[in-house]
Amino acid sequence: MKISVTVNGQTHESDVEPRTLLVQYVREDLGLTGTNIGCDTSSCGACSLHLDGEAVKSCTVLAVQADGSQVTTIEGLATDGKMHPMQEAFMQNHGLQCGFCTPGMVMAAIGLLNENPNPTEDEVRIGLEGNLCRCTGYHNIVQSILACAKGGK
Amino acid sequence: MIPSLFDYKRASSAAEAISLVTEYGEDAKFLAGGHSLLPLMKLRLAAPSVLVDIGRLKDLSYITDAGSYIAIGALTRHMDVETSSIVKQHVPLLACAAGHVGDPQVRHRGTIGGSIAHADSASDLPATTLALGATYVVQGASGTREIAATDFYKGFLESALRPDEMLTEIRVPKMNGAGWSFQKFNRRAQDWAIVGVAAWRGNGGSGVALVNMGSTPVLATDVATALASGASVADAAELAAAQADPQSDLNASAEYRTHLAKVLVRRALEEASK
Repeated sequence: MKISVTVNGQTHESDVEPRTLLVQYVREDLGLTGTNIGCDTSSCGACSLHLDGEAVKSCTVLAVQADGSQVTTIEGLATDGKMHPMQEAFMQNHGLQCGFCTPGMVMAAIGLLNENPNPTEDEVRIGLEGNLCRCTGYHNIVQSILACAKGGK
Repeated sequence: MIPSLFDYKRASSAAEAISLVTEYGEDAKFLAGGHSLLPLMKLRLAAPSVLVDIGRLKDLSYITDAGSYIAIGALTRHMDVETSSIVKQHVPLLACAAGHVGDPQVRHRGTIGGSIAHADSASDLPATTLALGATYVVQGASGTREIAATDFYKGFLESALRPDEMLTEIRVPKMNGAGWSFQKFNRRAQDWAIVGVAAWRGNGGSGVALVNMGSTPVLATDVATALASGASVADAAELAAAQADPQSDLNASAEYRTHLAKVLVRRALEEASK
């Protein structure tokens, strides 16, 4: 089926099988492998990206459902070689260990601040309920997000 | 994990969606947010040959005050139910339960109608709307009918929906200030409830329904009857599992679930009675 999806500002006209998952589409058809596949069962959040401005789990969305939509992946955050403030905050606060969950965490975190720009620590922790860190490095992830919110970015 | 092959049809109206599933028969399934159906298809536990995508029927995404009840379009997403000022004001128990479904990413996609039509007893919204005495409006090839939540759940993932019928609206009576509580016991934040309880009490009545205490959501009418005849919360809660038939699984034994149901119903009624 023919679909048209705008990913990180660039519109792609593609022909996909209806069963193609959105995460497969961005990774395999578009070569954007920053979005990871972790559990593949909509539990871990590693595949989180933004669909029309909201964080979703792309392992549980069909590419055909994204037809006509705007998608932002981790690769689309930096502008002019400068990292997104959330990426910067993760770097400054050591918000990652092995890094596997990080793209999903960053996308979920940006979605969280879009909906609640000044969250409490508890709200950050609850807001991240859909993202698992296999290193259990939650403390610094939460600190990173709070720092980004405090920076007003 | 990739679903098995299927044909994809995108409906542009409810009538077209119903005509498509009528044409393709029992092998066709409606696709709304996909957060119940797609995981089953990826595990190949479901393999519909045709998916009829109703996800773009924006006219079925709404929340309106209809006087004695709140009308919610079947394609309204959990996030929109959770954050709706109308739902929070008139049916706060439902807003709270919607905020407990999955996680934010899931709530951005999953819909109230999809969750109810899927009829999973482990889901939060079937039991919650059952406790609240909701009515479901369904549309089929031969017209529209209303089904009371108490008549809707027939068995494990089975409902009173006919293959050619689509759930279009959920009507939830206003709570009129009644006390309420939603209890969800799980091991990880985003998990299904091992046991959950949706309860309200006030205006001379009460309603208690259980999540994941059998093959269907369970309306614990014994508890409500006991409260109505003057039993204490603690005594009424002892009847919590009387009408349930919980299963044992990796998370909990049936005995443990029975114990949990009593504890959680007591906690819920204490909170709802404040």
